[in-house]
Amino acid sequence: MSTTMTKPATTPDAGEYSPRPFARPSVARLTAIELRKASDTRASRWLLGLTAFATAAVGLILLFVGDTADHQLDDFLGLTLVPGLVVLPVVGILLMTGEWSQRTALTTFALVPERSRVTRAKILAALGLALGTLVVAVVLSVLLTAVGDAPDPWGIGAAGLGQATLALLLTVLWGVAFGLALASPAAAIVAYFALPTAFSVLGELVSSLDGAWDWVDPNRALTEVGELRASGSDWTHLAVSCSIWIALPLVVGAARLVRREVK
Amino acid sequence: MWTRAPGVSVDGMITAQHLTKRYGDHTAVEDVSFACAPGTVTGFLGPNGAGKSTTMRMICGLTPPTTGRATVAGVAYGRLPNPGREIGVLLDASAQHAGRTGREALALTAAVLGVERSRVDAMLKLVDLDPKKARRRVGDYSLGMRQRLGIAQALIGDPRVLMLDEPANGLDPEGIFWMRGLLRDFADRGGTVLLSSHLLREIEAVADRLVVIAGGRIVADGSKEELLARTGTLVRAESTTALRRALAVAGLPSQPASGGGALVDADAAAVGRAAAAAGVALVELRTADGAGLEELFLALTTGSATPTEPTDQHDRREATVA
Repeated sequence: MSTTMTKPATTPDAGEYSPRPFARPSVARLTAIELRKASDTRASRWLLGLTAFATAAVGLILLFVGDTADHQLDDFLGLTLVPGLVVLPVVGILLMTGEWSQRTALTTFALVPERSRVTRAKILAALGLALGTLVVAVVLSVLLTAVGDAPDPWGIGAAGLGQATLALLLTVLWGVAFGLALASPAAAIVAYFALPTAFSVLGELVSSLDGAWDWVDPNRALTEVGELRASGSDWTHLAVSCSIWIALPLVVGAARLVRREVK
Repeated sequence: MWTRAPGVSVDGMITAQHLTKRYGDHTAVEDVSFACAPGTVTGFLGPNGAGKSTTMRMICGLTPPTTGRATVAGVAYGRLPNPGREIGVLLDASAQHAGRTGREALALTAAVLGVERSRVDAMLKLVDLDPKKARRRVGDYSLGMRQRLGIAQALIGDPRVLMLDEPANGLDPEGIFWMRGLLRDFADRGGTVLLSSHLLREIEAVADRLVVIAGGRIVADGSKEELLARTGTLVRAESTTALRRALAVAGLPSQPASGGGALVDADAAAVGRAAAAAGVALVELRTADGAGLEELFLALTTGSATPTEPTDQHDRREATVA
């Protein structure tokens, strides 16, 4: 009996070598690293800085130029979100494609072989940037509304704020999805701006497509949400069009990334 | 727990077991097996496009092999919990974000590995990137500086294994000398080193073992002494033609040496007798040492590369990729 007990201990089946027990990096740590990577180059700082500047600028323009009646909180919020809505998808695209265009994928995936963890961290980082943008826009809007002289300007409920949040998160996810699926910054940025627009134009030109386009054109539903006035069937339209334009490329891109050869 | 695949006898800190990579009908790497033991420096030698980089990418899970497997510290690379703390990898020094500073690139690696921030400065000092250089963007770095940064990145996790692809590229002679010392010291302290090069001279001075690859296949694998012992005798005569004829008559296999004369697969005495018998006047007769290894390398690599047609095609592809 003692021989059967000692044998496995002296000849482990793992051969002579085995890895040391280091902790693998958590997704939370990887997310923090991705946020850092999104803001530690000159180009990314310019991009984020200009977005912040534009956000402040449009708010101030409304305050000084706009009609006093338009100095409502939801007016300010709707407007200060616009720069973020335009730029954040590009940030999302660069977050996903920068690894390939700058060839850092070689290092990134050698250090973290479970590529899906990196993908998750990147998506979380993009959503984090969107929420950060939202906070900036909300704080700025509240300040501008307080400074403004409109009577009873605070007419925005949780629903409006929820729509603003949703619009930002979906828009940045859209960029992330295109970046993940196309893996090239130029292709993804062109596709992100050109495809949906061409798609919308097609829907406008061909009137027989109009009914169907309510379901498949993401711009229609997302515009309603972005301008904080989505209701009723807008939500189902949003769910369907976002599944096609955001969820599908996201899933396809993530699946391809896991199998892809990294050179 | 990992169990050894049946029929595979190789065991080492790094193992490649029958690795094969095909791209369509082109075979980049075919049935490559070798193992690297702790305390040694293994030189992975072969001409450009021979399959060195592809093999290394397969070892660290970046390129999925068509067949075969590889292990690091006994397990597949992807199953290492935190690979950078086990094996330092430098596959391409140019694969850095041009807009990041050298210091930031290194700090990011430290963050992924979860090592102390003080290691960033320690590594920068080790590879001789002073604070001023470290604050510059990598896009402004010379290839030599990128290699140093890459070596710092490979070492920052305090790994037991190093795998470096052409690390001497772009380094000046002083840098190459420094790197040799670094790798030799790493191995002498029990570390395992696998480094590739297309230049024998670069590797000869530091490697204990040589694995020679050509046309995607291993053509030689052994200790440097073993391979040197097989390199035979270098002989030069006033007339190389007469010499080669004399050697052929004596039944001694020979091939032309690059600096004139012939490289003979026999000892010096046998070669001397053959020349004397034919009345050929020799100007040089000695055991081929370093020069012989060079001849061996050229013979092995060019010899086996010629019959396989697609090698040239692959050369071009690797060249554009790299």
